[in-house]
Amino acid sequence: MRELYARLKALYPLGELTEQRKNLAFVTVPAAHLRDTLLHLRDKEGFTHLVLLTAVDWLEEGQFQLTYLLNNRALACDLGLRVLIQRDTATMESIHDLWPTAATYQRELREMFGIDFPGSPRIEEEFILEGWNSIPPYRRDFDTLKYAQEAYAERPGRVTHDPETHMRLQMYPGQHPAGK
Amino acid sequence: MTTKPELMKRMVKGPDGLEFEVDPLRDYYCEAPPTVMPGAYIQIVEDFFNWARSKSLWILGFGTGCGAIEMRPLMTPRFDAYRFGVAWRPTPRQANLFIISGYLSTKTLKRAIRAYEQMQNPKYVIGLGSCTINGGMYWDSYNTIKKLDEYLPVDLYIAGCMPRPEALLAGFEEMKKIIRTGKAEGANQYAENFAWYKANQKRVIHDWDMPDYNW
Amino acid sequence: MDFDWMKIPYAFLTVFIVVNYGFLMGALIQKIGARAGRRHGIPIWQYYLDVIKNYGLRTSITHGVMFYLGPVFRLSGGVGLLLFMPVIYGSYMFSNFSFAGDLILALYFVFFGTLGMALGAGESGHPHAAIGVTRGLQQVSMAELPFAMAVFSVALQYQTLSITEIVAAQQGGMMNWTLFTNPIAVAAAMLAFLGSMMRPPFDVFIAPQEIPIGPPTEYHSSYLALMQTNRAIFPVAKIVIYMNLFFGGAGSWPELFVKVFFLYLFSAFVGVCFPRFRVEQSIRFFLVWAVPLGVLSIMVV
Repeated sequence: MRELYARLKALYPLGELTEQRKNLAFVTVPAAHLRDTLLHLRDKEGFTHLVLLTAVDWLEEGQFQLTYLLNNRALACDLGLRVLIQRDTATMESIHDLWPTAATYQRELREMFGIDFPGSPRIEEEFILEGWNSIPPYRRDFDTLKYAQEAYAERPGRVTHDPETHMRLQMYPGQHPAGK
Repeated sequence: MTTKPELMKRMVKGPDGLEFEVDPLRDYYCEAPPTVMPGAYIQIVEDFFNWARSKSLWILGFGTGCGAIEMRPLMTPRFDAYRFGVAWRPTPRQANLFIISGYLSTKTLKRAIRAYEQMQNPKYVIGLGSCTINGGMYWDSYNTIKKLDEYLPVDLYIAGCMPRPEALLAGFEEMKKIIRTGKAEGANQYAENFAWYKANQKRVIHDWDMPDYNW
Repeated sequence: MDFDWMKIPYAFLTVFIVVNYGFLMGALIQKIGARAGRRHGIPIWQYYLDVIKNYGLRTSITHGVMFYLGPVFRLSGGVGLLLFMPVIYGSYMFSNFSFAGDLILALYFVFFGTLGMALGAGESGHPHAAIGVTRGLQQVSMAELPFAMAVFSVALQYQTLSITEIVAAQQGGMMNWTLFTNPIAVAAAMLAFLGSMMRPPFDVFIAPQEIPIGPPTEYHSSYLALMQTNRAIFPVAKIVIYMNLFFGGAGSWPELFVKVFFLYLFSAFVGVCFPRFRVEQSIRFFLVWAVPLGVLSIMVV
């Protein structure tokens, strides 16, 4: 991983390397260099498999983080490329021509996070949700509980227990709830 | 209401060269709302039919959620639900019992409603698992309904997350009792309160692109 | 021609006995199949309940005239087969409406139900029904070929087209059965028998998982009940033909029950032992194994 990082660093302006395990590491790439880095990794370094493409909503920083996780079959190691994009514009270059599977991930991201990938096939079609009428549900400013309460009928009488306290009371009824 | 392209009115050229207009919603479906179907005129005949119905429960093989995994063991030698006259049919036309197995996302709800409406009167619904009762662990989900009997007439709930196959067998026995006493009139309930059910369904299904009733 | 009116109630009695026997035997075979899978299987009276329930459903919908006629054709195929055939040899009550050329008629009726089904399923408009019925017709036609050849062989052997005379020629001890006098024809016919019994390995056209139960996908309520009734009659009727042609016929009801049961068991036995064939595989199977046997049997005779 270290040598790979050194080789890549010589070519592209990369961020710090985060080594999660011996065979899993993450590195931050500027959005403009993503395509070149991916191509280089795919064609020269043997990272031929796009494992997943997902996003994280950094609401406080006003950014979306896209993670492109690549796998090298021969070396059995994974490398994740992180790309930070602006949350308010939320547009990213499509990579469906590098990996056709990316188109599906991009459709999902567009529906769940509202990140647009212009040019990606069938990007306009709805992916899982049918007839969604609110802001994309995986954005962190979307209030799931409030939406669920407003949209779906509830049966009254639902109680929520803290599992630890509840089980303690159930199993050792005489004791103080805190257990001491 | 947005209509999908395949459901829009269009001109079709037949194999004999004639052009004719096709309105799928009108031509391919029957829109007549369901009617209340009374039982047999003589009570003893109706009781006899109810007895036969209770002994021959045909379940629609449609697993709507994770609970469907609990139905599979019932077919295996260990539980063998066939002993009790319970069988699975792969088509809604021949099924009498619809088991909503677990959570229903709004997308699945749409399919479940269609399947339910294609079943023949009398038909029964069992809600399996906590998710169908009050949402269960999906109580704050953005895409899952929480109270099944708002949308379909439910005869019986089996609580648990997940209920074991034994609980399901007990549920079948309970269902048989309900049918034998003649209280399982879900299909007629649905027909009577059709407007109410439809309003509830349309409140959660935003892209309603099918006829109101799919027979 | 003087018509014997008394034959009509006797024919009804035959149908009645066969329906009940068919229901019970179907369930019994089902149970045997379940035991092979270490299950208990359905109760023995389950088919009665299913049929009563299906007749008792309150609603039914239609897809057109042929949709009505499909099950009716199918049932008339089964009943017709039964009625124009001597069920019990030598019995006045149960030789029904058999006549000199009834073998030809029987061959026709074996196929009649399937054709009716094809028309009805086509009218129902469900794609799975169309797929299922296409596969079913291909396979049944293919299975019919060796059966027809075996029948011709038997007809040549006994120089008659009357089932009664064929049975008569086989009386007087087991060694007179066609099974022993013309074993090649029987082998061809038994392979064809497997193909037309709607049991594995030749039941891909009603495969429940791939194309939900094939041709009857859209059938429900009374239509389905009618077809279930036929499902009790038709196998028995068909086996009775086989029994008459190849296994010496039956002189009494108990003899008939036992013989039919063992013949049915033969197809069930093959069914639990072998996995399903795809349609093209089963057609190849019949072409490679059954049809040459049929040709050979005609040549030998």
